[in-house]
Amino acid sequence: MSHAAISADFSDRLDAIIALHKEREGPLLPILHDIQAEWDYIPEEAQPVIAAALGMTRAEVHGVVSFYHDFRDHPAGRHVLRLCRAEACQSMGADALADQVRAALGINFHETTPDGRLTLEPVFCLGLCACGPSAQMGDRLLGRANLAKVQKLVAEAGA
Amino acid sequence: MRVWVPLDAAAKALGADEVAGALARDFDVTRNGTRGMIWLEPLVEVERDGIRYGYGPVEPDDVAGLVDVLRSGADHSLALGPVEDLPWMKAQKRLTFARVGVIDPLSVAEYEAQGGFAGLRRAIALGPEAIVDEVTQSGLRGRGGAGFPTGIKWKTVAGAKADQKYIVCNADEGDSGSFADRMLMEGDPLTLIEGMAIAGIAVGATRGYCYIRSEYPDAIRVMEAAITLAREEGMLGASVLGSAHAFDMEVRVGAGAYVCGEETSLLNSLEGKRGTVRAKPPIPALEGFLGKPTVVNNLISLGTIPWILANGGAEYAKLGIGRSKGTIPIQIAGNVKHGGLFEAAFGLTLDQIINEIGGGTASGRPVKAAQVGGPLGAYIPAKDFDVPFGYEELAGREGLLGHAGITVFDDSADMLKLARFAMEFCAVESCGKCTPCRIGSVRGVETIDRIAAGDADAIPVLTDLCNTMKWGSLCALGGFAPFPVMSALTHFPDEFSGRGTPRKEAAE
Repeated sequence: MSHAAISADFSDRLDAIIALHKEREGPLLPILHDIQAEWDYIPEEAQPVIAAALGMTRAEVHGVVSFYHDFRDHPAGRHVLRLCRAEACQSMGADALADQVRAALGINFHETTPDGRLTLEPVFCLGLCACGPSAQMGDRLLGRANLAKVQKLVAEAGA
Repeated sequence: MRVWVPLDAAAKALGADEVAGALARDFDVTRNGTRGMIWLEPLVEVERDGIRYGYGPVEPDDVAGLVDVLRSGADHSLALGPVEDLPWMKAQKRLTFARVGVIDPLSVAEYEAQGGFAGLRRAIALGPEAIVDEVTQSGLRGRGGAGFPTGIKWKTVAGAKADQKYIVCNADEGDSGSFADRMLMEGDPLTLIEGMAIAGIAVGATRGYCYIRSEYPDAIRVMEAAITLAREEGMLGASVLGSAHAFDMEVRVGAGAYVCGEETSLLNSLEGKRGTVRAKPPIPALEGFLGKPTVVNNLISLGTIPWILANGGAEYAKLGIGRSKGTIPIQIAGNVKHGGLFEAAFGLTLDQIINEIGGGTASGRPVKAAQVGGPLGAYIPAKDFDVPFGYEELAGREGLLGHAGITVFDDSADMLKLARFAMEFCAVESCGKCTPCRIGSVRGVETIDRIAAGDADAIPVLTDLCNTMKWGSLCALGGFAPFPVMSALTHFPDEFSGRGTPRKEAAE
């Protein structure tokens, strides 16, 4: 990304995203969400451009990017598997499931498989608290999850 | 023949999309919200002779064998009978959730046929002052957990002079054990839009924002589609339902910060800033979004407004106990046999909710405790389940109502581990603005680790630290994190003492 980051293509796309939201009240989060949807993370090169467009300092933009768990400073794997770690899922064995999934994938939370296919992330509540433990991968949700169901989800995504 | 398969995220997580896809080959499938009986999801409904019959939980593999049964009404192991006659449905008082699971969430015609628009039409006829009076009379209090009277908040904003005012819906439902906001957005989004439009008319606000957490992509999609519909129908726009009032709104998506459920942090986030907490005063009602007078209400509060306006505040206030008026959508979650959303008047005891309605634990083991009100709520031991469900009633037991989510734990729960989790969660999610929360939560984790290692001297340190956090924090994150910690310590002291020697695991 770092090479593509300074390309004209990158600049055009970034400018278009900023222009789309600039006149809104509180435009920064919508801009950051669109950037992450486009590049899967918030390229550092984008931050001074956003700052200049919105009349903010680079530090202010960086402060916002780093505050929110959602915004990544590097690309994730091709798929992101999120396991809920909150209390309702804990009461149904989420900790044991997390141990099994980590062992099966050979990675820890916040890590990506060596082939770059899958990143494992914790999430604190998907609102599926009456059918825990729960997991999410892209648009797919999983309730009453167990290792077999999670592995099936991962396999079906080609991850 | 018409068949319903929920589009609710919980139903989808249990295979509803696959079931709907398979049924679409033979039936006209409508995607409804969930009825709230999550243990029966995916719950398939079919209409025969004007009555909706339920089948569930239906796995994709069950569909082939169900096709003829749905048509004929022949016996089947998954047949539940008429849905409205199920005990779970009959025992409820569904006001806020009346249409959820019944209608197609994006059908304006079905919405209107089931009572939609009635509140807004009456509100327009009444005018701003009388709307605020109705809401005040209803006794409605903030359903996010703070319990502040909604009518008083609205009156403050209505009385503020400004060129622009705002309605902000707090749909940052981050509490584990809570899913009422998600369920309403996915199952009856127009109710929320109607409630926000009424709020706008009442206080003179022409713009609204619904701040939804990013963990709810399905709810975001349904809300955005509903807003587009509402504009087409004239519920939103320059002239709300042809009146002289203008109101429009949009969805804003959070970015994974739990603290943004706190209203001032939410406002900062909405403005595009770090989601740090603001000191009060000034209160958001006077200086809120972009410094303008702003109503910040919980989603369930706003979603209940249309019913109150349609039926009158006095009618709503007839329900409930003490100062907890009306109904509350109780979310029964965690290790429970019959989990889901159950809307009832305030006043049921925890025992009734967990053991009778919820049917006890899913694991079949004894109930040990329930965490009421999210990650910052107290662990209430089973012996205290006689407490009635109400704001003051729970506060009287050193607990809180929160967003009315109840997470049930069986006897295998490790209370020290849960207390540590509460502190760790607070440390991770702290916005960093105030010291008791930012530093206290980190020290809390360390202190609990000392206790776990057998250092009994650390127990009074933890108690003292909790006291500092409770009274010294700027908002409810640091201020309430002591609730789960202290309740675990107070009610289960044995699990905190004598941890030096390797503990026997709970008998499995």
